[in-house]
Amino acid sequence: MKRKNPFDLSFSLLTAAASATVLLLIAGIFIILVKESSLSIEKFGIYKFITAVDWNPVKEIFGAATSIYGTFITTFIAMLIAIPTAIGIAIFVTEAAPNFLKGPIGAAIELLAAIPSIIYGMWGLFTLAPLMSRYIEPALQKTLGDVPVINVLFQGTPMGIDILTSSLILSIMIIPFTASISRDSFNLTPAVVKESAYAMGATKWEVIKNIVLPYSKLGVFGGIALSLGRALGETMAVAFVLGNKHHITASLLDPASTITVTLANEFTEADTDLYLSSLFYLALVLFVLSFVVLAAAKFFLFRAERRHSR
Amino acid sequence: MKLQKRRKIKSFLALSLSTAAALFGLFWLIFILYDVITHGIGALNLSLFLNDPAPPGVEGGGLRNAFVGQLLITFFATLIGVPVGVLGGTFLAEYARGTKIARLISILSDIMVSVPSIVIGTFIYAILVKPTGQFSGWAGAVALAVIIIPVVLRTTENMLSLVPWTLREAAFALGAPYYKVIMQVVYRGAATGIFTGILLSMARVAGETAPLLFTSFNNAFFSTNMNQPVASLTVTIFQYAMGPYEVWHQQAWAASFVIMLFILVITITGRLIIKWRYKK
Repeated sequence: MKRKNPFDLSFSLLTAAASATVLLLIAGIFIILVKESSLSIEKFGIYKFITAVDWNPVKEIFGAATSIYGTFITTFIAMLIAIPTAIGIAIFVTEAAPNFLKGPIGAAIELLAAIPSIIYGMWGLFTLAPLMSRYIEPALQKTLGDVPVINVLFQGTPMGIDILTSSLILSIMIIPFTASISRDSFNLTPAVVKESAYAMGATKWEVIKNIVLPYSKLGVFGGIALSLGRALGETMAVAFVLGNKHHITASLLDPASTITVTLANEFTEADTDLYLSSLFYLALVLFVLSFVVLAAAKFFLFRAERRHSR
Repeated sequence: MKLQKRRKIKSFLALSLSTAAALFGLFWLIFILYDVITHGIGALNLSLFLNDPAPPGVEGGGLRNAFVGQLLITFFATLIGVPVGVLGGTFLAEYARGTKIARLISILSDIMVSVPSIVIGTFIYAILVKPTGQFSGWAGAVALAVIIIPVVLRTTENMLSLVPWTLREAAFALGAPYYKVIMQVVYRGAATGIFTGILLSMARVAGETAPLLFTSFNNAFFSTNMNQPVASLTVTIFQYAMGPYEVWHQQAWAASFVIMLFILVITITGRLIIKWRYKK
């Protein structure tokens, strides 16, 4: 065995140190956030902080429930719109579209992910919100507003600055993540299996439903979890159109607040230690939440990959 | 016969729905692009790039401070983030190839890529802004570097893995030590890919706003002092769009247009390079 070259040894150590920064960053973010929020953690505890609905900087009472609710409800509605659309798009660009359209349409949908969130936010504020308040929301109120049970979702004056508009923008932003990962997993379905089904007389939809979708299930789950992680942490796009109001409301036409919006609007204005500490606590909640979701996404994608490499 | 027909109709309906989904996606893309382009081009003028902000009501104000600030922050973020990312990727694809630790770091980097950027903003605030007692351009640059590192690290790892192992063996056979093989053979083979990864990571951070809000903050005046708050286009857009003046809104549209153009050009170029180089 040859003696190790000293330059080689130092270069390998240098690269090892560089890759270790990722570990340091993730551990660092967690430790620093815990340390900074310790004041608030001591005062409010974990369960009480997450479930308390009061967010009152003047009285120095901080509960995260309103922000967490806002994050969940906007994400949930965004996923309701985005998942079927994204899977539909993936089906279109793998199975339904003529060959010359497959590449360009897939690339165009991926461009949606390249547009920065601040532009989504500005477009939402100046263009989409007025359209929503003038046409779409009144129309929803007229049609669904009289249906019992559902009508609680559409109460109040349609202002355009509300949960519905934010969720719609969020859904547009996360469509490309699910769509492109689903497309890639659909493409991994072996052609032989599909051809066998066609030979048995299956229609295109039957092949997709019974062969392609079950085969690429894990990849699609991974894509969905990835967009979920994205939607939870999206800041600027919702900061413009959600209105930063701390309350829990059933109506989709009300303003609300998410964890990210609270942070963006209040972080530089926090004037007391407890206020700032509670904001760090919110950031910690968001970090842990999105980390878990993203780890689940990686788990699904990892399993999918393993299955195909076998 | 009737069953046959029903199956065919069902298939047709499902495929039509998928077409509708694609049109739905395209509709928003075109809507947003068209909107930003029409508003943005109308508001573009030379004073936007040459002048500093004027008080509302005074003609001829611009965003020179924000353009310069954005360039400064992005430049230093790239300077910090890219070497770390490239070297880290090298470790994963070369020295630690196939090991468990490499697997773990690349999974964690993938997670890191999607961690909410506002959380990174609060983290940098805690370690760089709070101790020094002031917002600074450096804090903004470091926050963006934290976003760049995992992106560049993962693309570098992937690109290096695409270089055939036999190429390295040929160099080893000539007696070259591993670090020379990496620098003179592997990096050369993967140069286009790594470069594209760097380009795409710059496009990614060019539109970031959330991590800059509590780090570089904003500055209404022209400043190149990285120890002070530095203006950036994205934070300025946020402030101007939420502000009450029509002139501000116009300038926010113009700035959005410039950023979007920059990002789309880089993204599309990057994608084309990768397609041309790696997919034959």
